[in-house]
Amino acid sequence: MKYLYYPGCSLEGTAAEYDASTQALMAAVGAELLEIEDWTCCGASAAEGVSEWLSYALPARNIALAEKMNSELDILVPCSACYLNLKKVTEKARDKADFRSTINDILAEEALSIGGKTEVRHLLDVLSSDLGAKKIRDRVRRPLEGMTIAPYYGCQCLRPYRVFDDPEAPRSMEPLIEATGAAVHSWDMGGRCCGASHMNTKQEVALQLVGGILKAARGADAVATVCPMCQMNLEAYQSRASEEFGEDLNISVVYLPQLLGLALGLSEKEVRLDLNLAVSAGFREKLS
Amino acid sequence: MNETTALRQENNEPIVDDLAPIREMVQACIQCGTCTGSCPNAFAMDRTPRQMWRLVLMGRKSTIFSSQTFSLCSACYACTLRCPRGLPLTEAIGRLKQIAARERLALYKKSDRFYESFISSVRRHGRVREMEFMTLYFMAMKNPFLPLKFSSLGMRLMARGKVSVQVPSRGKRPLEGIFRKVEELEAGR
Repeated sequence: MKYLYYPGCSLEGTAAEYDASTQALMAAVGAELLEIEDWTCCGASAAEGVSEWLSYALPARNIALAEKMNSELDILVPCSACYLNLKKVTEKARDKADFRSTINDILAEEALSIGGKTEVRHLLDVLSSDLGAKKIRDRVRRPLEGMTIAPYYGCQCLRPYRVFDDPEAPRSMEPLIEATGAAVHSWDMGGRCCGASHMNTKQEVALQLVGGILKAARGADAVATVCPMCQMNLEAYQSRASEEFGEDLNISVVYLPQLLGLALGLSEKEVRLDLNLAVSAGFREKLS
Repeated sequence: MNETTALRQENNEPIVDDLAPIREMVQACIQCGTCTGSCPNAFAMDRTPRQMWRLVLMGRKSTIFSSQTFSLCSACYACTLRCPRGLPLTEAIGRLKQIAARERLALYKKSDRFYESFISSVRRHGRVREMEFMTLYFMAMKNPFLPLKFSSLGMRLMARGKVSVQVPSRGKRPLEGIFRKVEELEAGR
């Protein structure tokens, strides 16, 4: 297993533990990640709010850099927003020659171009399809027995492109969680929106969405996420959501590769559990 | 004939109908309301998504841009996935957001300045610097109390060394060529 790695901006800052745990987990299972040299921002959800072609050109530059490094390898992306932005470009470039030529016109400014054949893969896709639950189960050194985990997928790794899971009723995380020895929290909120950047500009709306998800997660020991934006919304606004809903909605929230890494025997430090904003004493106790 | 195509300038030239490409995207809308039923933010909207698509088809630009509906889209793609006509609804909303940003409409100032501040940090450095981006946003909003809303989260992130104070700087502007080329291209459309 060898991939070109696009971490994206969040993983250098507010989601540093997602980067650390992804790299540590992949190393532990013997997968190789080659970081795309000189990668730049994919435009996040901001570029589409400003300019159509900027929202395609920013991710396209990174695909071009990846193809230059190695056109045979898939691009692995842990952030769901980055994943969708990059994937949109490869999907459109594959089908539409005029799209490809406009993008390559823009990229010519940097003497770059895209071919449109590269596959963009989300981390969860790689973990569930390429690695698989069996390889996790075989390597478990710290079984998470007695824990219940709520799998939270968010939106953009599932929709609009139907790739590795059911975009309405996702299940792909469940075998991975069960492989660690933990139980899966049964709920139907795994694919519901967390409000994304509304948390900054329309907080009263986003708090309703986050509160609804946290409320449904009650009874689980932790929520597992696969996107920096979802993680931040679910972990950082628990007290505000609790106030809004008039009940205690506090719960541990961890990235999936942190959870899997811990089960494989990686230390809390190696998966940077110290960087999370919501990890309860009870969760830590169950780990030891 | 719809409202916008009927309007003409003094010299009898038709005005630029920037809803036209969006209208084309949703032309096949059958007004079933699956989008509204699927939207997690519909509860906060002053008009439903279904109504908004009808307004787009009728060319009612002033009504669309006096509503918060499209700016409440959080790009979850539930409507796009479920639309029985297979219309690219989330993408069409993106186009509406772009018109609001281009015309600097006061009603959408918050989200527009938020997106612009983000992109401005990317243009300076190639990668977004999260604290610079938020500083630019506070500066653009000119509201001295706004930073307070974010200060407790900012402190928690700083305590973990995830972010640090970043005074906005010019940067090396590694994407300047791409930004300029996109501006040229879109100005010509």
